Amino acid sequence: MEIYLPIADLPVNVFLVLAMGLAVGFISGMFGVGGGFLMTPLLIFIGISPAVAVATVSSHVAASSFSGAIAYWRRRALDLALALMLLAGGIVGTISGVWLFTELRALGQLDLTIGLSYVLLLGTVGVVMVVEGVRALLRARQGKPIELRRPGSHTWIHGLPLKVRFKQSRIYVSAIPVCGIGLMMGFLGAIMGIGGGFLLVPMLIYFLRVPTNVVIGTSMVLTLVTMASATILHAATNHLVDAVLALILMVGGVTGAQFGARAGQKMRGDRLRLLLGILVLAVGLRFAYDLVVAPADLYFIRSTAEEQ
Amino acid sequence: MTAARTGGAVLLVALAALAAAPAHAERLVASLSSHVVQITSNFNGVELVLFGIVEGDDAGDPPREGYDIVATVTGPRETLVTRRKDRMFGIWVNAEARTFANVPSYVSVMANRPLDTIAAGATLEREHVGVAYAALPSDRAAVGDEPFADALIRIKGEHGLYSETDNAVTFLTPTLYRASIVLPAEAQTGTYEVVVKLFADGAMIARADSAFEIDTVGFERFIAFAAVDHGILYGLATAFMAVMTGWLASIIFRRD
Repeated sequence: MEIYLPIADLPVNVFLVLAMGLAVGFISGMFGVGGGFLMTPLLIFIGISPAVAVATVSSHVAASSFSGAIAYWRRRALDLALALMLLAGGIVGTISGVWLFTELRALGQLDLTIGLSYVLLLGTVGVVMVVEGVRALLRARQGKPIELRRPGSHTWIHGLPLKVRFKQSRIYVSAIPVCGIGLMMGFLGAIMGIGGGFLLVPMLIYFLRVPTNVVIGTSMVLTLVTMASATILHAATNHLVDAVLALILMVGGVTGAQFGARAGQKMRGDRLRLLLGILVLAVGLRFAYDLVVAPADLYFIRSTAEEQ
Repeated sequence: MTAARTGGAVLLVALAALAAAPAHAERLVASLSSHVVQITSNFNGVELVLFGIVEGDDAGDPPREGYDIVATVTGPRETLVTRRKDRMFGIWVNAEARTFANVPSYVSVMANRPLDTIAAGATLEREHVGVAYAALPSDRAAVGDEPFADALIRIKGEHGLYSETDNAVTFLTPTLYRASIVLPAEAQTGTYEVVVKLFADGAMIARADSAFEIDTVGFERFIAFAAVDHGILYGLATAFMAVMTGWLASIIFRRD
């Protein structure tokens, strides 16, 4: 069944988009991430312009983060105070991200920036995750104990001023890295159409020593608010959010996530992280391929002022 | 398309009445099967029928042999940027660009035989007949723009938005002609102008104008307009929809 997307301005098959939503939702539920880093590229690969893809996926990630955040909230497995401080930076990041997005679009370099950001970010994070994942698997095979977080260990981050105590997470940390991480997530999210859960969760664990039981719930609150604001800002400034496409993706996404979460519980954590790493790396490589391989057509056209 | 047939029949009666009116030379009459095309959620392109008649002159001479018809449909105008990718540091980036203002979003040139057999190149250029002349009249293409202009016409053609068809116009009788205008799903909303030119012995002797409208209706129209006219409200509504979807999912799939 073909449906006409009013903003993307092209007809798509509803079942194809729904299936994409389900598949990405399944993966996002399995790994506890929003799935934006998969959904945005998939939309670009089926022919939706990168700008519309990024703007529309924000709302899809907002939906999946909210259903996830509710589940964690019911179990009190999130740190609201920490989430609020992350958000202070996150909102600023989102606003500057949308601003840069608009500027780059006017310059005609938005698609390249999106592509390069995916290669750099997903390539780096993917390699790190795969290396870590393989090491963990090898350690487990050799029967060595898995390295645990040492609560007493301090890094330079703990030497920064403006320290705040977060009761739920039982951490005492400077507000600067908290706001900084929020800012970075908001910024990247607005430009790349990702919630950034795959990046945010490890950062919260490694840099801020947030305990694993609250980290996913907390990251989902941040993702929910930054992605919802990105949706509003993209809609207000660039008019690029396709509500029809977003709705189909959301319905598929939140449904798929439920089944993914069940599948994820049956798998071992280290294997899951390795799989996620491979997936992240694969998406990064796919973008690298597009940037390096000679395009089929050197020219392309784009309308600057549609529907005046 | 029953509507087209009824429209055709009505028009033929009108034509018969018109044919009796005196005129100085050949006159050209053109009409369309429909003047409004509505885009709904399952819009997948549409076909309109253009038809009309060549009227002889008042001297009562028998109509000349060998009329040629060229119909040009041009869609709403837009400003297009053509960009070329170049290799830089091993990756392909958008390098040079040219902006073409006021370019038709859609051009369809339909004739009854190849354009170069209908009239000389200079005549075609003067009359803006042919995709290239209709889309980008030569005075607009500066030196060095040709590859970009050619790419624009080629890419538009690949999307079915620019086309030139030699055998699209058929003469049902020596003076009664008909052509199908094919509009792809990507066709933009707005006013489409139809200009029909009558050629004989390599010269343009009459023209007729018509137009039709492509309109989005219902939900799509609402969405498309809301997104542009009320961006903030639209964004808030979409964000609210996301939150509601997430909330509903957490209720439906609740497992405790």
